[in-house]
Amino acid sequence: MQFLRMGGYAAYVWPSVLLTVAVVLLNVHWARRSARAALAVARRRIALQRGADA
Amino acid sequence: MAWTWFHRFGSPPYFYRVAGTLTPWFAWPAGVLCVAGLVAGLALAPPDYQQGDGFRIIYVHAPAAWLSLMVYTVMAVSAAVGLIWRMPVAHALSAACPVIGASFTFVALVTGSLWGRPMWGTFWEWDPRLTSELLLLFLYLGYMWIRSAIEDTARADRASAVLAIVGVVNVPIIHYSVLWWNSLHQAPSVMKLGRPTMPASMLVPLLMMLLGFTLYFAALLLVRARGELLRRERSTRWVAEVIGGAGP
Repeated sequence: MQFLRMGGYAAYVWPSVLLTVAVVLLNVHWARRSARAALAVARRRIALQRGADA
Repeated sequence: MAWTWFHRFGSPPYFYRVAGTLTPWFAWPAGVLCVAGLVAGLALAPPDYQQGDGFRIIYVHAPAAWLSLMVYTVMAVSAAVGLIWRMPVAHALSAACPVIGASFTFVALVTGSLWGRPMWGTFWEWDPRLTSELLLLFLYLGYMWIRSAIEDTARADRASAVLAIVGVVNVPIIHYSVLWWNSLHQAPSVMKLGRPTMPASMLVPLLMMLLGFTLYFAALLLVRARGELLRRERSTRWVAEVIGGAGP
């Protein structure tokens, strides 16, 4: 409990930690989503190209 | 030798392949260092003799502030390289930066405010360090706005590069603002000439967090830059070979 109270600074320390962890995880999610979307678009384009060539 | 390396990395297929290989080598150590540094900073480091446990905000605030400056510098240098040598890889790296940089500038500002309330008695002060950091956030937002407003990629690259290069002057201003002007913000205790002014029990977790965040940024940058390259080069043969073959 003493650890969670942070010597009376819990209202400042824990929101700071939670915000940082959330932004760290969100950036991982955004980066992976962006890379997956780019890959999907490139794959669709190649499939269309191959369909047109065939 | 150096130029061979430089030009090899400027080749999109080579960069795409190497970035994919390097990403886990940055990501896993980053995860381990960040978790260990955060646990050590929050639970093992002793409380500060003046700020008590409130000082522990530094373990998230300082790495976020460090990233906000480093990401901008990488963005501006890549933009300059892209502009001078017309390298698509450099422009892709630059375009991969602003979301990361803006989000960590926001974190640095909010966590700084949360530290300022109990220590200074206010969430915000128009202090040189805080104001120049806020300006950095606007520079990131301006960069993103330019890229989204200009449809033609080559023109967007050039226009956003000019903003990134001009705005880089704000980076040393942010760092040295606490020394050049009277500031509420404390002077640097780690990023300075001479020995750090923190004891090892507080410094080691902070250094772990700083290194962890740096590696984390490197991993994120490579993932984003690969996606950005695919978007830009989707009509090229190498993309067809990489994607259409066995996969990325």
